[in-house]
Amino acid sequence: MWSKAHSTMRTSLLASLIAIATSLFAVAASAAEPIKIGFGMALTGGLAGNGKAALIAMQIWADEVNAKGGLLGRPVQLVYYDDQTNPATVPGIYTKLLDVDKVDLVMSGYGTNLQAPAMPIVMAHGMTFIGLFGLAVNDQFHYDRFFQMQPNGPNAKLSLAQGFFEAAMTAKPTPKTVAIVGADAEFPKVATEGARELAKKLGLKIVYDRSYPPATVDFAPVVRAIQAAGPDLVFLASYPPDSAGMIRAVNEVGLKATVFGGGLIGLQFASLKQQLGPLLNGIVYYDLYVPAPTLNFPGIAAFLAKYQPKAVAAGADALGFYLPPFAYAGMQILGGAVEATKSLDQKKIAEYIHHTTFKTVVGEIKFGPDGEWVEPRILFVQYRGITGHDLEQFKKVGTQVVVYPAQYKSGDLEAPFSEIKH
Amino acid sequence: MEISLDLLLSAIMAGILLGGFYAAVTVGVSISFGMLDIVNIAHPAFIILGSYAAYILNASFGLDPILAAFLMLPVFYALGAAIYQIYHLVFERRGDEALRGLAFFFGLLFITEVALVLVFGVDYRFVNAAYVGITLHYGPIDLPLRMLVPFAISILLMIGLQLFLSCSFIGRAIQAVSQDRLALQLMAANPTKIKRIAFAISIATAALAGAFLIIIQPVEPSIGRDYIGRVFAICVLGGLGSFPGLVAAALLLGVVESVTSTFYGPSWAPAVAFGFLLLTLALRPAGLMGR
Repeated sequence: MWSKAHSTMRTSLLASLIAIATSLFAVAASAAEPIKIGFGMALTGGLAGNGKAALIAMQIWADEVNAKGGLLGRPVQLVYYDDQTNPATVPGIYTKLLDVDKVDLVMSGYGTNLQAPAMPIVMAHGMTFIGLFGLAVNDQFHYDRFFQMQPNGPNAKLSLAQGFFEAAMTAKPTPKTVAIVGADAEFPKVATEGARELAKKLGLKIVYDRSYPPATVDFAPVVRAIQAAGPDLVFLASYPPDSAGMIRAVNEVGLKATVFGGGLIGLQFASLKQQLGPLLNGIVYYDLYVPAPTLNFPGIAAFLAKYQPKAVAAGADALGFYLPPFAYAGMQILGGAVEATKSLDQKKIAEYIHHTTFKTVVGEIKFGPDGEWVEPRILFVQYRGITGHDLEQFKKVGTQVVVYPAQYKSGDLEAPFSEIKH
Repeated sequence: MEISLDLLLSAIMAGILLGGFYAAVTVGVSISFGMLDIVNIAHPAFIILGSYAAYILNASFGLDPILAAFLMLPVFYALGAAIYQIYHLVFERRGDEALRGLAFFFGLLFITEVALVLVFGVDYRFVNAAYVGITLHYGPIDLPLRMLVPFAISILLMIGLQLFLSCSFIGRAIQAVSQDRLALQLMAANPTKIKRIAFAISIATAALAGAFLIIIQPVEPSIGRDYIGRVFAICVLGGLGSFPGLVAAALLLGVVESVTSTFYGPSWAPAVAFGFLLLTLALRPAGLMGR
């Protein structure tokens, strides 16, 4: 009898020990299980220059967070796939991230074209979705868990053109006519729509209004046709290769305009700044951060000091003034919301982001109901005094003068464009 | 838009310069596809490889990109010979060239592109040359040297290749293998060796075309895909295997694109250009100067 009781007790004790050990192991495992943040990113294709730069910024954030113990005591892990700058890959990528990889949080890829296709999938899963530089992505969806890092403001369509026109109309004599030209693609179409609305509002006569296929090789015919129309202002919305092609053509043809510029993507990158050099002088383009005294936000210098060496090694944008600080800030916001709500509940995270003003490396950010910034901060910058092709001159104050908005302005517009030395 | 004579002349001239560039980009496909029936869909990737070769020599040693391309001609020739040898042994000899050979070249296209991404990254690359940025002005006509120099060398390349095909033994053998491989074999010439030489020449031309491309516009590894449709369209429009036809087609396409772009808007340019192609093929299925 004693042996039977002893045996039962031994079995019970053994079972208890196994149960305790298993639960301890489970606790340890879940504590170590990373918080997965998933996204697609342009690592190849036309937008890969910025995509790679954004990824470096996000990896810097992840490393910093993990060095401090992670989020909610768990390490963060970035799970990402190359969307090849091809919108058709995006639905599949986000389906895999959410249904197969079971990521806890998502971010967007770079660019309007690569964010919009992800929206139906993230909406179906109820995910909070922070967009990395898209124009009017949420204008049709009105998704209450979407947030946009590009500081477009509530009226994204107008914000890309507003600053150009407001700055340009300060030129003397007051401009009367405008030419509007852009690539046949999502971002330029939205930007030129905004330009058209503003031109009508300001009473400017639109004397040229055309688009071109993105694979256009020679832009001289386009520029000559614009020249023939004789506009005072030329608003261009373009991607990097066409930005370079148009600028070269403008200089070769000798465009006579009071102000030339607009939504030229590419002029924010080190490679184009370096290559085009003095051809950039006089162009009024949009940017989001330049080394001007009015834009010295806390943390930005330290971030750029970490980013720039990594970017050079990776063959990404060497300066990192455009997307990288905002990609990093987007992660700051997502991580901050997770920590503040102490959860991965998407509804709580989205509500927190809506109600909070975040202090980031690109300054204070507050989002409106549709996820756009309450206050737009699209800067319009004029290149001045660029000589040669040295990249260092772009790190200094003076070559990129902020002419709009008034809050960050560091100089007045110089015009006419045709008389500025290129 | 009002058609002014000055604008028309400028548009035509711009189109001619553009056409010269198109001819250089297409000549390799004209040899491989037009003469050898090898659907080398990877040719634009080799052009991008040529661009990066010119970029490396220009950035590292300050060499003019076109001079750099001439120095790389033997390397690209050897590469083309090696690729043909693999293609012949694995596909052509077994009669698998139709579909599997095409898949081979598709694979080569993506491998080349990804290799370039891994080595060079994805940023746009440019070259510096003394003539980039200089424009010659003759009345209403502007001739940017960035377009004029590639045009001039492209035309010289076409003339040189045509003379080679017409006047040299190997050149006539290449024409013969495209017409009747068996007959060439009966003439105691090795068709495989001739085809290898021809394919190697087609890839060698990619070195020059790549240098022209990176002079004209910034280059990143995936940009070659934009040219796949164009090069085959020009090759077919000119007539398979005809160099004079190729030049005529390239110039015509360039002018049509440029004039349409100037007077009716750049969006219409590809539609009109390819519409012109379809019309020509409807009236003359062999192409402008095809046999």
